Amino acid sequence: MNHPGLTSFKAMFKRDMLIAYRHRGEVLNPLLFYILVVLMFALAVEVRPAVLQTIAPGVIWVAALLSALLSLDSLFRSDYEDGFLEVMLLSPHSLYSLVLAKVLAHWLVSGLPLVVIAPLLAMALGLPVVAMDELILSLLLGTPVLSLLGAIGTALILGLRSGGMMISLLVLPIYVPVLIYGAGSISAGFIDNATSQPYLLFLAAFLVMALVFAPWATAAALRISVE
Amino acid sequence: MSEKLNWFKYSSPASFYPLADKMIPWFFMAAILLTLVGLYWGFFQTPDVLSDQKQYYRIIFVHVPAAWMSMWLYIVLVGWSLIGLIFNTRLSFMLASAIAPSGAIFTALALVTGMIWGKTSWGTWWDWDPRMTSELILLFLYLGYMGLQSAISDPQRIDRASSLLALVGGVCIPVIYWSINCPDPNQCAALHQTSSLKGIEANILFAMLIMVLAFLAYSFAIIIMRVKNIILHRERNTLWVTEALEFKP
Repeated sequence: MNHPGLTSFKAMFKRDMLIAYRHRGEVLNPLLFYILVVLMFALAVEVRPAVLQTIAPGVIWVAALLSALLSLDSLFRSDYEDGFLEVMLLSPHSLYSLVLAKVLAHWLVSGLPLVVIAPLLAMALGLPVVAMDELILSLLLGTPVLSLLGAIGTALILGLRSGGMMISLLVLPIYVPVLIYGAGSISAGFIDNATSQPYLLFLAAFLVMALVFAPWATAAALRISVE
Repeated sequence: MSEKLNWFKYSSPASFYPLADKMIPWFFMAAILLTLVGLYWGFFQTPDVLSDQKQYYRIIFVHVPAAWMSMWLYIVLVGWSLIGLIFNTRLSFMLASAIAPSGAIFTALALVTGMIWGKTSWGTWWDWDPRMTSELILLFLYLGYMGLQSAISDPQRIDRASSLLALVGGVCIPVIYWSINCPDPNQCAALHQTSSLKGIEANILFAMLIMVLAFLAYSFAIIIMRVKNIILHRERNTLWVTEALEFKP
């Protein structure tokens, strides 16, 4: 197993994880943001168990979406600022695997914690225990898609002044399918009394498609942005 | 003697510019003429009362052509972006960015006329009907495209970055449309009827198709005009532009 793409993938993954480990404090930020957004919804909406329960899947998914958006900002920024990105683009290694490694490391640090904490928040919103499987599975399949697609947007707006607002405008419309199937899979189970399997299968299909095409598009966007 | 056809003759802004000048009046005249015919036919040559619709159905002559154009223009935009990225032709990028505002306007027009029609016919301005929602998302794709263009200052990066964005959007549109339209095959509920061009009355169909052609001609005219502006702006430091803009008595 010494494919050159794999070697560069491993090296990049190790580097990014190490950097994340050295900045342990920042790891908590997306997570705290996520919890706060859900809390805000619970405070803003009338606290009636029936209401909270119906909106819980949507709230959890929208919070995950926003949290993914905000954390994406840091995906390439520091590398862009200290010139690492240019070196990465000049290197003979496959940009596809380098980008994939970066996104994977980023998701492990900013996406996976959301999946882990989500059941707790869902309980607080009164989501029935039967829906927990769908909740965890849909987030596990969906949040990597958010990171992969968001990486394209981040790469496009690299170094622009109005970055923060811009990325939501670019990326949110593309997030629509993930949101619909993610929240749909949770509510299908306990509200509509239907099977959630087709929803999860669609999410899995999105993940496979995004894994194949998104790093490629991200690589192209990086080449455009860094010249 | 067969002269070799030069496919790229008009791909240079300098040679496209005079051609654009010649094309604009024709397309404008066609647009005005077709609009007059289409609206006349739509208002005076069609049956007054359909089985379930009243006079207000006549908004169809603006609503449907606008909705069709909004989608068609995005496809054309993606096409020019793709051609631009492949062949690296400046004019393709210019065409793509000239299409975006027209596309956004048609999308907004389709949404507004749809809301007016919806209020009279369904009794509500807005409903999260799949087609309405996807049209709204399309509007945001157009706005995102234009927003990205205005956020970048380097023209080369504008062209390539926005084209890549248009491509990503183009790949996602079918998925978005179908995810909104039918998340669960068992429960597809929509206020819009499924399109039924065959069942439509011949005069209404005729007026509607004429209006589609009118909107198409208008788009051609206005987009070519916008391309002219973009060319002048981008190439303002070249010799041919200074010569073209010189005052000729």
